[in-house]
Formats: sequence, C-alpha cells, structure tokens
Amino acid sequence: MSIFSTKKSWINLTIWVLIIALIIAAPSLLPVFRLNLLGRYLSLAIVALGVDLIWGFTGMLSLGQGIFFALGGYCAAMFLQLNSSGEFPNGIPEFFGLYGVEKLPFFWEPFKSSIFTLISIWLLPAIIAGLLGYLVFRNRIKGVYFSILTQAALLVFFNFFNGQQKLINGTNGLKTDVTQLFGQMVGSEIMQRWFFWISAILVILAWFFARWIVRDRFGNILIGIRDDEARVRFTGYNPVIFKTIIFSIAGGLAGISGALYTVQSGIVSPQFMTVPFSIEMVVWVAVGGRGTLLGAILGAVLINYAKSLVSEALPASWMFIQGGLFILVVTALPEGVLGWIQKGGLKKVLFLIGINKKLETYPSLEVNEQGEVKS
Amino acid sequence: MQLFLESLFNGVAIGSVLLVAALGLAIVFGLMGVINLAHGELMMLGAYSTYITQLIFKQVSFLKPFYDSYVIVAIGIAFLVSGTVGILLERTVIRRLYGSPLETLLATWGVSLILQQFVRSVPLAYASGLVVALFFGLFSPLFISDNLLSGTKSKLIRSCTWGFSALLGVSTGGILSSLVSKLSRSSARNVDVTAPSWMRGGIDFVGITFPKTRLLIILITVISVLVVIFFLDKTAWGMRIRAVTQNRPMSDCLGISTETVDIITFGIGSGLAGVAGVAVSLLGSVGPNVGGNYIVGCFMVVVLGGVGNLLGTILASFSIGIMTDLIGAGRLLTIWPDMPSPLASTIDFFATTSMARVMIFALIVIFLQFRPTGMFPQKGRMVES
Repeated sequence: MSIFSTKKSWINLTIWVLIIALIIAAPSLLPVFRLNLLGRYLSLAIVALGVDLIWGFTGMLSLGQGIFFALGGYCAAMFLQLNSSGEFPNGIPEFFGLYGVEKLPFFWEPFKSSIFTLISIWLLPAIIAGLLGYLVFRNRIKGVYFSILTQAALLVFFNFFNGQQKLINGTNGLKTDVTQLFGQMVGSEIMQRWFFWISAILVILAWFFARWIVRDRFGNILIGIRDDEARVRFTGYNPVIFKTIIFSIAGGLAGISGALYTVQSGIVSPQFMTVPFSIEMVVWVAVGGRGTLLGAILGAVLINYAKSLVSEALPASWMFIQGGLFILVVTALPEGVLGWIQKGGLKKVLFLIGINKKLETYPSLEVNEQGEVKS
Repeated sequence: MQLFLESLFNGVAIGSVLLVAALGLAIVFGLMGVINLAHGELMMLGAYSTYITQLIFKQVSFLKPFYDSYVIVAIGIAFLVSGTVGILLERTVIRRLYGSPLETLLATWGVSLILQQFVRSVPLAYASGLVVALFFGLFSPLFISDNLLSGTKSKLIRSCTWGFSALLGVSTGGILSSLVSKLSRSSARNVDVTAPSWMRGGIDFVGITFPKTRLLIILITVISVLVVIFFLDKTAWGMRIRAVTQNRPMSDCLGISTETVDIITFGIGSGLAGVAGVAVSLLGSVGPNVGGNYIVGCFMVVVLGGVGNLLGTILASFSIGIMTDLIGAGRLLTIWPDMPSPLASTIDFFATTSMARVMIFALIVIFLQFRPTGMFPQKGRMVES
C-alpha cells in the first residue's frame, strides 16, 4: 500500500507541496518582520503537533502544555544569557545583580554547555510531563478531571515562575534579543533568518516523527485508548504506560517549540504559562483538524497569522472572533477544517450549491398516481 | 488560642468565597458532567450587577433612602442576571454537546472570551438592557397559558413576547444610560464597589477584629448553602435533579423531563455564580478578568470534593481556604516559633499567596494518589463509564 494511493493522501500531498513552496518562497517575499512572525508560528506548529498527539489521537485534553513550552524557552534563554554575560559583574547575567544574587544558582551551572542545553530543551519538559502524567494516569484520572488538573498545574508553574525573581527574574522573564550566539546578536536579521529555516525544518521533522509514532501498532493503541480505554485494558495492554509515553513526547515537542519561539520573539516570561495561551494551542488543533497531524500545523500557522492581521486592524474584535471560532468549530465542525475536507465536506457544499448531482444510491420505490406504494 | 481563632476565621472567610463560587460549578458538574469554563465570567457578571445596582441606588432619587440595603437587592439581581445568561448558554451551546465534556470545555471557554470582551466594549447600560430583554424573552412564555402557546397563533404570540421583551430591553438601556452617565460609555477599566456604611469596620470579639464584609460573605455563603440543600432535599424539582444526577437514562424512562432538569440546574448553578460575584465585588475591584482569579480554585474544590456530594464540596473548600491561610501567611511559624531551621525556611519560602497555591496543588495531587475520585466518590456501576 503506497501512501499516495488514497484520495486523502492526495489532499495531504497538495497541501504539503503548497506549504513547502511557501516556506521556500517566504524569505524572499516577506519583509523581515513578517518573516519573523511566520517563523514564530511555524515553531508554534510543533507544540500543536504534540497537542494533536495527546488530544487528537489519545483523547486526553491537556490544558497545560504551556508549562513544557515555557520550560524549553527558559532553557534556551538561560543558555544564551549565560554565554553572553562575560562582561557583567561576577560573570553572571545582569538581572541577578538587581536582586543581590552573586553566585549562579547551582541548577543553572550545566546550562553553560551547549550540548547539555540542546538536550535539556526537550528532555527536561519530557521528564516533567512524564512524571506529572504518571502520577495522574496511575490513578485512572481522565477526561475532564485530567484537563482541570493540567490547568491547575499550569497555574501553579505560572505562580512559581512569577514569584522567583532571584532564580529566573520573575515576571520580567529572560531576554534573548541582545545576547550573542556564534558572534552574532540573536535579535539580528541574519540570525532571525536562520531561526526561520531551523523552525521550518524542525516542523517537517516533527511531522515525520509524529507520523511515525501514530502509524504503527503504537498509534493503534493510542486510538484505542481514545475510543475505549477500559477495553484496551481488558485486552491486556496497560494504558498508563502508553499515556505516559505519549504525554512526555508531547511535552518534549512543546519544549522544542518553546525554545524556538523564545529565540524568535526575543523573550521568555511567565506569560507563556498563562491559561489562555495553553487553551489557544488546543484550539489551533481543533480548528485545523483533530487527529490529522497536518491540520495541527495548518491550524497553528493560519490562526496565528489571522490573529496578528486582525489585531493590527481591529484590536478589540479578536476576542469576539476567537470566542466565536471556538463555539463554531466545536458545535459545527467537530472534526476541524482538514478533517471536514477529508471526509468529503467540499463535495457536500457542491451538492448544496447544485453543481454536483447526488447519485441515486437507494433503490427508489415505485409509486402510483395517488402516491401509494405499488405492491 | 487567639492566633488559632484568627487563623481559622481567615481560612473560613477564604473558603466561603470559594464555596459559594464552587457550589454552582459542582452541582452542574455532578448533574451533566460539564465543566463550565465560563463560570468565572458568570461571577464577573454578578459582580458587575452589584456595581450597577449600587450606581442606580445612588442616582435615583426615590431609591436613595434605601442606599444602605443595595447589597441585598444586588444579590437577587446578580442571581437573576447570571442565571439568565447561564440558561441562554445552556439552550444555545451546551445542549448540543451533551456526552462530549471536553468539547463543552472548549465551547464554554469561547463563551467566556466573548463575555469578557463584551463587558469591555459594550456600555454597561446597554448590556443590562440586553440581559433584561433576554430575561423576559426566555421567561415570559412561562406565564402565558399553554392553550395560547400551543394554539394556532403560537408563533405570533411567541414573536410578540420577544418583541415586547426587546422593547423593554431597549428602554431599560436608554433609561439607564440617561440616568447614570457612568454606565453610558464603554470602558475597560476596573470599577470599585463601595460597601455601605454599616458594612465598614469590624466587630471586636475576644480581642480579634472580624471585618464585617468578611462576616457578610460568610453569611451569604451559609444562606446559599442552606437554600441549595433545602431545594435539593425537600422540593420536587430537587428530587428530580438528584435522580437525574444518579442515573440519567433511568430517570428519563420514569418520565422525568431531563431537559427541563438540565435547564433548571444550569440556571441555578449560574445564578449561584452570580451570588459569588456579589461576594467577590465586596472584596476588591471589579474588572473583566475578575472571574479568572477564582475559577481554578473552584475547579480544585470540585476535584477534591468529589462529584455529586455537597458535603464534599463544603469540606473541600474550607480545607483549601484554611490551608491557603496557614501556608500563605506563614502562620505555622507564629504558632510554633522554635521549629528546626530547615523546616522554618521551607515554610518561609512558601509564605506568599502565590507560593501557597503551589503548595496546595502539590498537596491535592498527593491526596489524589490515595483517593483518586475525591473525598466522597460517587458509587455504583455507572461511575466507570
């Protein structure tokens, strides 16, 4: 069975060709500001892929992906700050001086190494997600309870990061704009172009990775857990292990995404852990199409682009549009836009307009003039 | 002893705000398995209703002598306002999503965004006009005899009631905006509710000062809880609600109109959110985001207390309230001054409001390791599915 044999794959293939063409064309077409925005949204697509894995495929609605997103961001930002703070007193980032901290807190020490940082960007969020997930899944806490607990965890992390000035600069967050990497300013145009390319490549890699996960038996078990967890358990599988693994994978993806987003937006702050942001991540997936990995990418990029365009033109109306979008997608398009197209939604519209004629599939009964069925 | 009492009072005061806010959420969650993320915004509507009521009492000449009692009127108005919006929400959105709680979560979040932005960008006078129109539009069919409603002219009569209510709403908006100039412009700024004179200050008792606002909030909470318990245990509709909570298909088979039960429960739950909004408005300034500060606390109460049991909700909110006070104000240090220094520094580390939340969440997760379904879990075969 080739992957391009079915009709669904043709739709996907077309969209992929379009996406890759856009990515290649974007740097020469868009001004730097827009390119930077597109790069940020591509990095957000990675966290959306993670959300799709845990929600679209496994049926667990996490409202706390912001935790892992921000953790990845903090790892990257701290590495950049540490490596460009040679001229500050004590050789530690400037903000520590404001709070009278003279020695680098011990847990930041390893972040001076680039390899450690590159690993911890995804490993640290993955470990924390795994731990949190294990404690929750072990007790068969699921459904709405799980969502509430993840949201509460998000708020807890937000409060923690907001309050710790001495360790992580509290509310102000860590800036990466003026730090140095490879002898260049991170906020400079050339670096931002590089980050755009890295984001684009990582999105595609993350898609392949996610697809590899859900394609085989592992993916089937995930879908089984989504549809009937008790039955999966009775069949002899232990859902806890699978749920923990997929949750920590999603956490790792969120970490990578957060790190990329941080270097492109120039700052990481506890604002990444606010409740609305994490729920937005879910909505990108819901709009794009749950259970379709491509839908998550499309949803993340397009909704964010729409958001920035609409908020530039009409600042007050985005909340209305966003709220309406939530309700509309959930009530009218539960499969999301891509899922709807894949299930033949476009054809239905054509029927409604009257361009395509419906095929007679049901044998019609023979009726006489009075409207009675002939026997 | 004095310290202990003071700590207990503070804890109960924090817990009672949580309780009155979580009460509605818990009832609705127990009945329909729906988590209403717009609950905080319904509280916000209640808080704004208090503000509007206060302004009306201040501006209108024949209500001025009764200014001191506006809080009591506000409780009723807040209940009706939030209840009306809640019923509208149930009729339009939530009803379509029964059986899929996660989708409901997202849809209600969308509603909460719209409500927040609505309060920011629509002048309060016209917003209250809209609520008045909705109120009469939704409820006036109840007072028209069934013969008329099911007769041949039913459509005409129904549209007449809506037209009549729309007229009422528009005139309410117009009158309000001309009477109270503060309400005629939209503003995103926070507003303040000033407590009437009899609520300022405190009562001294065994050497401790109890602030009167806190006492009033505790009183409001006690009354709401008693009313809810009475309603659920002693009235016919309360019995139906309990029946549907226990077993929905069976109740349906026995002739209980589950649809009506859903409407009533959601209305009451939302109305209680409005009452909680009155309490919240007495504690601090009122803004579009006021509900968000409380909503997660309410969720924790529901998770900790278990579903479908008011006692669990009550115990959970008071224990969270008392723990918040104990940890957040670092009271353990004052109670036990010469504790070993590592423990003392740990407690000192958590002695802020935000860090107390961190600690309480950790404690709740630990608690759930032993009792995964809360303090008082629902029993029976229906629970697993």
